[in-house]
Amino acid sequence: MGLKEWIEKPAAHVATRDRSISNILRGAAARLTTPLLPDDYLHLVNPLWSARELRGRIVSVSRETPDSATIVIRPGWGFDFDYAPGQYIGIGLHIDGRWHWRSYSLTSAPTRDEKLISIAVKAMPEGFLSTHLVGGVPEGTVVRLAAPKGDFVLPDPPPEKILFLTAGSGVTPIMSMLRTLDRRAGERELDLPDVVHVHSAPTADRVMFRSELERLDATHDKFRVYIRHTRDQGKFALSELDEVCPDWRERQTWACGPQQMLDDITAHWSAAGIEDRVHLERFAVSRADTSGSGGTITFAKSGKTVTVDGATTILEAGEKVGALMPFGCRMGICQTCVVPLEKGHVVDLRSGKERAEGERVQTCISAAAGDCTLDV
Amino acid sequence: MAITDIRAFAHLTETDIVSLANEFDAIRRDVENSRGPRDARYVHSVIRLQRGLEVVGRCLLFGSRHRSRWVAGTTALSLAKIIENMELGHNVMHGQWDWMNDPEIHSTSWEWDQTGPSEHWKRAHNYAHHTYTNIVGMDEDVGFGILRMTRDEKWRPRNLAQPLANVVLALTFEWGIALHDLAAEKQMRGVPPAQWNSQPNKDFAVKALRQIVKDLVFFPALTGRNWRSTLYANLTANVVRNIWAYLVIFCGHFPDGAEKFTVEHYENETHGEWYLRQLLGSANISGGKAMDFLTGNLSYQIEHHLFPDLPSNRYPEIAARVRALCAKYDLPYTTGPLSRQYLLALRTIHKLALPDRFLKATSDDAPETSSERKFERLRAGAAEALTDSLTGRRRGLLTALRTHAAQAVADRRARRGRTRSGRLPAAV
Repeated sequence: MGLKEWIEKPAAHVATRDRSISNILRGAAARLTTPLLPDDYLHLVNPLWSARELRGRIVSVSRETPDSATIVIRPGWGFDFDYAPGQYIGIGLHIDGRWHWRSYSLTSAPTRDEKLISIAVKAMPEGFLSTHLVGGVPEGTVVRLAAPKGDFVLPDPPPEKILFLTAGSGVTPIMSMLRTLDRRAGERELDLPDVVHVHSAPTADRVMFRSELERLDATHDKFRVYIRHTRDQGKFALSELDEVCPDWRERQTWACGPQQMLDDITAHWSAAGIEDRVHLERFAVSRADTSGSGGTITFAKSGKTVTVDGATTILEAGEKVGALMPFGCRMGICQTCVVPLEKGHVVDLRSGKERAEGERVQTCISAAAGDCTLDV
Repeated sequence: MAITDIRAFAHLTETDIVSLANEFDAIRRDVENSRGPRDARYVHSVIRLQRGLEVVGRCLLFGSRHRSRWVAGTTALSLAKIIENMELGHNVMHGQWDWMNDPEIHSTSWEWDQTGPSEHWKRAHNYAHHTYTNIVGMDEDVGFGILRMTRDEKWRPRNLAQPLANVVLALTFEWGIALHDLAAEKQMRGVPPAQWNSQPNKDFAVKALRQIVKDLVFFPALTGRNWRSTLYANLTANVVRNIWAYLVIFCGHFPDGAEKFTVEHYENETHGEWYLRQLLGSANISGGKAMDFLTGNLSYQIEHHLFPDLPSNRYPEIAARVRALCAKYDLPYTTGPLSRQYLLALRTIHKLALPDRFLKATSDDAPETSSERKFERLRAGAAEALTDSLTGRRRGLLTALRTHAAQAVADRRARRGRTRSGRLPAAV
C-alpha cells in the first residue's frame, strides 16, 4: 500500500468528484476524528459540508403547472455533476422526524458551471412526498441526495435522428436531454440533431415546460414538438406516428410515461421488428392488477418484522420499521435494492410472477406473498 | 439454583402473564406510534453537544500545560466520550433511532469511540446479552467471564483474585469489553480462537490501533511541547469513561434484586415470561435528569431491557407505566441510588471470591440470586390469599418478598434471643 492509499484509507468509501486531493485531506484528518470523518463535524457548521452522505439545499421551487413544480437544488460536497442527461437522483426529505426517499429524473443539463441541479415533480393525488415537494417545501430546506443513476440516457454524440415520446411528467428526463442538446449546440456552434418530440398532457395548462418546448421549437429548425391535449383531442394513438413522424422507424426513440403507454410502445416497436431502437423509462409501478396476499416480513439482519398487505412493497415495509434498505430508483429498474430472499415467497408487483427463497429480489417492486424473510 | 419456574417465583398465573405481556406490548405500540420530530430533535442536539464538547476539549488541551486548561479540557473530553458511548453509541447501535431512516444515525452504520469494533459489540451485546439476559451459562455478561457474580456458578481458585480483577476491569473497561466481544464474535463465526490472522482479529486490530494512535500519538504530537500533558489528559479521559461505564453497567444487573435464571427456564419461555425475566433481572439507578443523561438513560435499565430499541429519551415516560404495572401485579421494581446499587454489587464481588463453604445462604435464597424455592416455607404456612382481604389489593411477589424478609429478621432475632438467654446463666 502506497503512502497516498494509506492516508486516504479511512475516507476511501466517501464519494468525491476529485478523489486525489479532497480524499487525501479527508483521510489525513480522519486519523484525528476516527471513528468519525471530519465531515461528521463540519456538516454541523454547514449542512452541505459533508460528502459522507450527499446533501443539497433547495434554492427555489417554481410552479410548472398547477400541480407540478421545478425544484432547483444546490448539492453539497461530493456530488458528481458529470451525470448523463436522462438519469435520476434519489432525494430524501426530513418530515416529522423521518427521512422519506423518492427518485426523480433530473431536468437540468449536466454542467458544473452553476453547481445547481433541478428536478421536476408532479403532485400525485396520494403521493405524500410529491405533494409536499410541490406545495409545501420551503426554499433553503436541506435535503439528502443519492448519486445520479439510470440507463435511460442520451449518448454523446447523440444519434442523428431522434424521436421523444412522452406523456405527463414523463417529459422530465427528456427535458434534461433537450437542454443538453440545446446547450451543446450553443457551445459547439452546431445545430441540433433531427429531433421530433410528441408529448401528451390532459389540457394546455397542464403541459409541463410548455413555453420552453415552444421556444426550442421556434429557435431550432431541426427540433419539432407536437403537443397533444388528450382531454379534447383524445389519446395519441401510435398509428398516428405515420402521420406526425413518418420516419419513426429510422429514429432512435426515447419514451417515458404511464405504464400502458410504454406497454403499447413495446408492442408497436416489436411488431415493426425494431425494439432495439426504443429506450423506455418506467415511472410508476402499477400495482392494482396484481397483488400478493401479504404476510409478515422478517428482516434477518436487524431482526425486525412487519405485517403488511399485498400492495405494500418490501422496501416500503422495511423503511417503515427502520431496517436499512438499499434502494435506488424505487420503480424496479436499477437493481440497487436487490437483496436475497431467505425464506418464503414474494410476488413481483409488475408482472405478478412469484419468486421463491434463494432468489435475489428487487424489494421496491416486490410484495410479500405469505410470510417471508429477507437477508438485509 | 437460579429461577427455573418464573411463574411460581413471580406469583402469577398463566393468564396474568399473558395480560401483562399485552400491557407491555401496548406500551411499545404507543411509543412507536408517537415517535416524531421531538425525538429526532433530541438525538440531533445530543450529537451536536457531544461533537461540540469533543472539539472544545481537544482545543483546550493545546494549552494542556496550564493546569486550568488541562482540567477543563480533560473534563470536556471525558464527557464527550461518555456521551458518545452511552447516550449515542450504545443506543444508536440498539436501533433506537433506525426509525428515522437516517443513514448516518443508524444501527448498521454507527462506529463508536471505543477500542472494539461496533460490529463485534452488537453481536455480543444486542444478540447474546439482550436475548439471554441473566441466564446463567448463556449470558456471558454475567461477570463477563472474569468475575463470579452469582453462587449459581461454581467457585474456582482464580475467583480469589476477584477483588483485584474487579479494579483492573474498571480501569480498562473498554479493553475488557472489546476482548470479550472479540471472543464472542469468534465463537459465533466459528473462527478458531488461536488463528491470529482471522477476520475478527484483523477488524479488532485496525479499530484498536486507530483509537490508540489518535489519543496517544496524534493528538499529543499536535500539541507540540505540551505533548506529555496532553497524553496524560487523553489517558485520563479514557479511564474516566471506563470507570463510569463500568459503574453504570455493574449497577444494571448485579445489585441485589436483579435475579438470575436457569437454562431450563429459558427452554420453555413464553413472550410474557421473556418480559418478566427482563423486569426481574435488571435494576435501575435513581437520580435526576443529569444521572439519566450521563448514563445514556441506562439508569432505566429495566425499561431498556424491556424495550431495547425504543428511543432512550422516552424511557422516563415508559418507566411511569412500568411502575404502574409493577404495582398492579405486585411485582418488585428494583431501583436505588448509584452508591447503594454499586456497594451491593461490590459486596457480591468480594463475597463470592470465597468458596461456597464460607457462604451461608444457598443459591435458592441469597442476596444476588434466588429461586422459586425461596418461598416454600411461606407457601407451606397459611393458605395464600391472592388478594388482601382488607385492601383488596393483589398479594404477589412483592408482598411475598416483604413477608419473607420480615420473617428472616424475626428468625434472626429469635435466634439471637435464644443464644442470649442460653448464655446468661453461664455468665452469671
